[in-house]
Amino acid sequence: MVGITYTEKEIWDFLEHVKDPEVPVLSVVDLGIIRSVSLDENGWTIVITPTYSGCPAMRTIEKEIEDMFLENRINLNKIVTVLSPAWTTDWISEKGRENLRAYGIAPPENEVDKSVLFATPTVIPCPKCNSRNTKMVSEFGSTACKAHYQCEDCLEPFDYFKCLK
Amino acid sequence: MTHNEALFNYVTRIGDNSLILGQRLSEWCGHGPVLEEDIALTNTALDLIGQATSLLKYAGEIEGKGRNEDHLAFLRYEHQYYNCLLVEIPNTDYAYTIARQFLFDHFNYLMYQELLQSKDQQLAAIAEKSLKEVTYHRRRSSEWIIRLGDGTQESHDRIQFALDDIWEYTGEMFTADEIDQIMLEAAIGADLLKIKKVWHSNVGEILESATLQMPTNEFKQLGGKQGRHTEYMGFILAEMQYMQRAYPNAEW
Repeated sequence: MVGITYTEKEIWDFLEHVKDPEVPVLSVVDLGIIRSVSLDENGWTIVITPTYSGCPAMRTIEKEIEDMFLENRINLNKIVTVLSPAWTTDWISEKGRENLRAYGIAPPENEVDKSVLFATPTVIPCPKCNSRNTKMVSEFGSTACKAHYQCEDCLEPFDYFKCLK
Repeated sequence: MTHNEALFNYVTRIGDNSLILGQRLSEWCGHGPVLEEDIALTNTALDLIGQATSLLKYAGEIEGKGRNEDHLAFLRYEHQYYNCLLVEIPNTDYAYTIARQFLFDHFNYLMYQELLQSKDQQLAAIAEKSLKEVTYHRRRSSEWIIRLGDGTQESHDRIQFALDDIWEYTGEMFTADEIDQIMLEAAIGADLLKIKKVWHSNVGEILESATLQMPTNEFKQLGGKQGRHTEYMGFILAEMQYMQRAYPNAEW
């Protein structure tokens, strides 16, 4: 399967087309889970890290990366999963954060979530109307990486991508 | 016991704690008192099962006999599981579920914090990843303890009753045996005595703000870490392993 040779930059561009199946507006690059790409005589090695230990999307993402390499006839050596350093929402790109907001998911505020009882909770602006008058409905939302909020002004229920550091 | 056997056993214990508690919490799926709680409990279960996957996968590599995480999770017998007894006791009601979670989360948090310094790099990496998730679990269950304890008379009485009832299962977490000792001396495992002290003070602090009494019962139920389980364990495995036992090697 040796054909055209690609640069590292081009491989990163290809990976931009692989989306998180649970948040399809985020590419795996924007999500910050691709840690490195490198080439040796056996082909490309892609190093990825999970967002959450139990994230059920990881296998799908690996499969999609494999498919992407296959479709473009690029030689993939292996996909390696590393746990350390552990993923943090700081690794979500600025573009990724904008895409999340446009999709109706509030991007992580730059502060680890605090609780209702132990401290003043972080204000999460509504992704629809930007109101800061919102409340947490549940610490968990539709997936492990999100919490569930509601806007008290426009009444829109929305997901918040939890801050993880 | 060789170093490798001790390490396999040690990593399996931590993995089994996560696996069995994850399975217990999964029983709440579709039965939560409100939808948000249903989702929260199953998300916590997902984190735990994810951690169990990493740990049991690593245990399989240490053992070197070709067993992967699925083999270890689904094809062992009861006496080959090394989780502490606390995680296998039944959900019973919301008070028991939260009490069990609270007591375990505080232990799990401190244990992973210790393991960050483990000389075993893979174990330290798993600890680093898991700690972020467990921090969230610990905060959530602590909040629930305060809500229930400082809530109505009924909620107060029921959470106090549950805490008193399951307290005898907490001592096991801090009771070191030969394996804990070997791992501690190798600078791989956690110092259980150190954890115990901090655990007592952290748990005590939350119980106090929840207007609850710290149980004083010193009696300890032991055995889980050595593979001797409560009468509940077989039922958990029967449900959890059914698919692999009925349809060997079935895959998604």
